[in-house]
Amino acid sequence: MPKVTFVGTDGTQHTIQAAVGESVMATAVRHGVPGIIGECGGNASCATCHVYVDESFAALVGPPNDFEDDMLDLAVSDRRPTSRLSCQIQLTEALDGLIVTTPEEQP
Amino acid sequence: MTGGVLIVGASQAGVQLAVSLRDFGYDGAITLVGAEAHRPYQRPPLSKAVLSGVSDVGSLELRTPAFYAQKKITVLLSERVTEIRLSRTGAAGSGVAVTDRGRALDFDRLALAVGARPRRLDVPGTDLDGVCYLRAIDDATRLRAHLASARDVVVIGGGFIGLEAAAVARSQGKNVAVVEAAERLISRSVAPEVSEFFRRAHLRRGTDIRLAATVERIDGDHGRVRSVRLTDGTVLPADLVIVGVGVVPRTELAEQLGLACNGGIVVDEFARTSEHSIVAAGDCTVMPNPQTGDGLVRLESMPNAVSQARVAAATLVGQPRPYTDVPWFWSDQYDLKLQIAGITTGYDQLVWRGDPETETFSVLYYCRGRLLGVNAVNNASDYLAVRKALATATPIHADRAAAGVPLKDLLVAAS
Repeated sequence: MPKVTFVGTDGTQHTIQAAVGESVMATAVRHGVPGIIGECGGNASCATCHVYVDESFAALVGPPNDFEDDMLDLAVSDRRPTSRLSCQIQLTEALDGLIVTTPEEQP
Repeated sequence: MTGGVLIVGASQAGVQLAVSLRDFGYDGAITLVGAEAHRPYQRPPLSKAVLSGVSDVGSLELRTPAFYAQKKITVLLSERVTEIRLSRTGAAGSGVAVTDRGRALDFDRLALAVGARPRRLDVPGTDLDGVCYLRAIDDATRLRAHLASARDVVVIGGGFIGLEAAAVARSQGKNVAVVEAAERLISRSVAPEVSEFFRRAHLRRGTDIRLAATVERIDGDHGRVRSVRLTDGTVLPADLVIVGVGVVPRTELAEQLGLACNGGIVVDEFARTSEHSIVAAGDCTVMPNPQTGDGLVRLESMPNAVSQARVAAATLVGQPRPYTDVPWFWSDQYDLKLQIAGITTGYDQLVWRGDPETETFSVLYYCRGRLLGVNAVNNASDYLAVRKALATATPIHADRAAAGVPLKDLLVAAS
């Protein structure tokens, strides 16, 4: 069971035992982690699950696909190099220990 | 349980109402009661990833049990509210609900998030084994099992549920026919030209589409479905029939309470029913078109359930704010992702961007020069730009949009 740590803008941390195959967004929403809304249910349609992937995991998580790239371009308020929609990050054992930071605001 | 807010319907809207009540600082009791045995879950993937087997039903759960416990939200499952009485002597809006287990639930305030049921097809043979509807987890599980062994699938209804199910079945190599009574597909939601795009897209992938076709009966052998007979005499072989002919809002409790209903429980922009102390949200409601304030629209969608539930919660805690979210919707069919923003009924002009033959395009809908909304296929950028334009009341002029420049550039130029 991979562990994921969500870091809020105020530094508060939530560490969740997630399930392999579940998305980072779904993990956050089901456990009520603040800062991630996931309004569209994981469909890359709302961009309310925007996160910054910690540098140490950026390569492992990889870049967004074109569709997600468009979403990030248009929908999020403060896009950075490791911005991803967390609904598009499926958890694997290799991602155990993943750290993501939630942005100041979701659209 | 005594007092607090009683939310009838452990649905997406019901859960959002409960969560938003806590977000808005409500600290009274919250009870969520639902007839299904499953903890509240998302429905949209049922006709998409769950049916195709990409996701399992466990992934649909909206919140964990620990979350409800921590937020002090009592969730009662497998229990249907059958009767609600408002108090004649107590505080306005208070009363008692009785469940099919005979339990009485007192409430200070009531919220209805009871959803809708699938419309039943009224022809002989719908009771045969192999005739399936799709609304709940149990339907999806049953349908998925049937699909695994099916060869010939007939989908009755060319709306979103029907087309999504058809796409899943066809992607699994089944012979698939879609039977639609209207002259075109998804006729309530998109322009005729967009319906035609979807007809062609399904045809290209080998799905048989029959428009203006009416089912006479479903025939079977030994209780199992065998074929679907149309009124023109056509017989379509079928070992699985999927019926997706729309939904009927569950208005029984609202009618019992004497609330105004008109194709759904009538609510205003504050999610208040005709009895203002009672709120309602989600698929069970009709409300004034949020973009024009006119008429009554029923927005059967998860985003609306979430938006309206937030509005309802704000009303309940005495911080009313009107519904202002831009309605949006999506549908996944094969590798086609349709995204819709805005309510496009009443349009008088369409602006096409991109060639539908490439399966990446968008259509902007206008009425007297005013942007109403967009249908975008595999085009997140246009979808988002229009959604943003509608949310911020930023005009996108039709002639500029038709010129093919990125819509986001027009947004920036206008802001």
